[in-house]
Amino acid sequence: MIKYIIRRLLQTIPVLIGVSILVFSLMFLIPGDPAQVMAGEGASQQTIDNIREKLGLNDPAYVQYGRFLNNAIQGDLGKSIRSGRPVMDEIKIRFWTTVELSIYSTILAVFLGLIAGIISAVRHYTFTDIAIMIIALFGLSMPNFWLGLMLIQWFALGNLPFGDMPPWLLEIIHMRPSGWGESWRQMILPVITLGTGGAAIIARMTRSSMLEVIEQDYIRTARAKGVSERIVIYRHALKNALIPVVTVIGLEFGAFLGGAVLTETIFAINGMGRLTIDAIRQRDFPIVQGTVLVISLLFVLVNLLVDISYKFLNKRIDLN
Amino acid sequence: MSVQTGNALEPIKRSSPRFESFKTFSKRLMKNKAAVIGGIVILFIILVGIFGPFLLKTDPNAQNILNKLQPPSKEHWFGTDNFGRDIFTRVIYGTKLTLKVGFLSVFLGGIVGVTLGVVSGYYGGVIDTIIMRIMDVLLAFPGILLALAIVSVLGGSLTNVIIAVGIFSVPAFARIVRGSTLQVKKLEYIDAVRALGAKDTRIIFRHILPNILSPIIVQATMRIATAILTASGLAFLGLGAQPPAAEWGAMLSDGRSYMHNAGHMVMFPGMMIVIVVLAFNIFGDGLRDALDPKMKQ
Repeated sequence: MIKYIIRRLLQTIPVLIGVSILVFSLMFLIPGDPAQVMAGEGASQQTIDNIREKLGLNDPAYVQYGRFLNNAIQGDLGKSIRSGRPVMDEIKIRFWTTVELSIYSTILAVFLGLIAGIISAVRHYTFTDIAIMIIALFGLSMPNFWLGLMLIQWFALGNLPFGDMPPWLLEIIHMRPSGWGESWRQMILPVITLGTGGAAIIARMTRSSMLEVIEQDYIRTARAKGVSERIVIYRHALKNALIPVVTVIGLEFGAFLGGAVLTETIFAINGMGRLTIDAIRQRDFPIVQGTVLVISLLFVLVNLLVDISYKFLNKRIDLN
Repeated sequence: MSVQTGNALEPIKRSSPRFESFKTFSKRLMKNKAAVIGGIVILFIILVGIFGPFLLKTDPNAQNILNKLQPPSKEHWFGTDNFGRDIFTRVIYGTKLTLKVGFLSVFLGGIVGVTLGVVSGYYGGVIDTIIMRIMDVLLAFPGILLALAIVSVLGGSLTNVIIAVGIFSVPAFARIVRGSTLQVKKLEYIDAVRALGAKDTRIIFRHILPNILSPIIVQATMRIATAILTASGLAFLGLGAQPPAAEWGAMLSDGRSYMHNAGHMVMFPGMMIVIVVLAFNIFGDGLRDALDPKMKQ
């Protein structure tokens, strides 16, 4: 097991180097002079030269990359062109907001997705199954930024599609249980926005994986032995059906990190996603590079953890 | 081939195996009602995209400030926006843009991805390792992030969105095609063709690619849905087609500031995205089931 973890960690290194090369190369994709683009139209030659000097753009590409990698390993991702503050500091104050949003969205997606997928598989080819799968298909096809806007319109502004929301319902929605902070309420709509698509994907995956497992001989044997249906489903079928679902959960967590860009923009959440968009608009490329790098590293690490978790879920898997 | 019936020798009509398998595939697809509906919706949307603008007499960018933010009515089916422009007209014009981004980006990503996947799977060894590690790197950028990073440096325009979403689609094609190529190249008929002296290019184009078309077609259909979602997301962030282009994502973005008194501005463009993406997803599901019945089981 430890050997596998070490090998898997070593396999991650080339991917991380590749990610760093790609993120670093973004600067070279800028049409024209990057310093000129970052300085903006009408900037003086002095400003452009300062930016070029600050970013070390006069050095050969490989020297620049070496410096970028060396600094990145030490947690230095350069300085923001606009604020002049270290990129890492800008990311640090927003990092947990995005991670929190992604974790809550993953929990919602897993909760809804697993329940829907299991019900659908247990009652396969019935009306319930078809209804759940149609809803899942809608969830899959809905742009999360549109869902976010619709949720704001319905629940924050109280404009339901067929008239205004009744005042008593608005009161319940805006109610705050004593002792609860304000932050949980601010997270509800963003989490639903971000998590819905993932829930749909997990539901579809759980259903197909469960259907495959339910037809296996050992499930038939368990039923023939008189084991209750509940135990057959939850103890025998679900555990094995979960393996491919865990992969999807890992991928969805990553998708949420990426999708946070849109959700944070809609709900004005001060996370890494919004920081990225603001930086793109202000052509602050060190910030763009920094956020893209951090989000990708996090995604790679989550997938590594998912791979390792396989062994715990199913001892029969040969990790080698 | 012929059989003797009475005194006459009558030829037996035999269709080619490819035609037979196409017939079986069409039968299976036609049985799937959801897929048929999805296909009809896609066809209808393509027709709307091509001919819609010719049938409309209104200009999508014609402003009428006195008529701004009007709710849906007989004159303006989807209402008007903050400049008094007819949202229905803009949605119809936007269909062409959306389909253009969807099809062209998937075509671009498909060409590159399929080429890399076939080369990787067929030649194996170092080439395979290098290509697949590059794909791993591209896949390490979650969701919209890769496309976003590319557009952020190239600048926001429809062409750049097509390129970015195309690159975003490459790894998905490359991985699936590599897997299928590995399966097919182990089959005996490939050994037989090689023994007859066929060159690699001939083997790839004549014998491997036609036999791995099914997963490519399914993947392409599904990717169009993803491409449309990604491109409209970029447009929503202001990184896609530039104003006054009637792009659905950009229209949604415009409508954000007027949601409290003109919810229709975000309702209709969003609904159109859902309908188109849903149609491609349903049709893709149906295609997959019809082309690969084992998968359905």
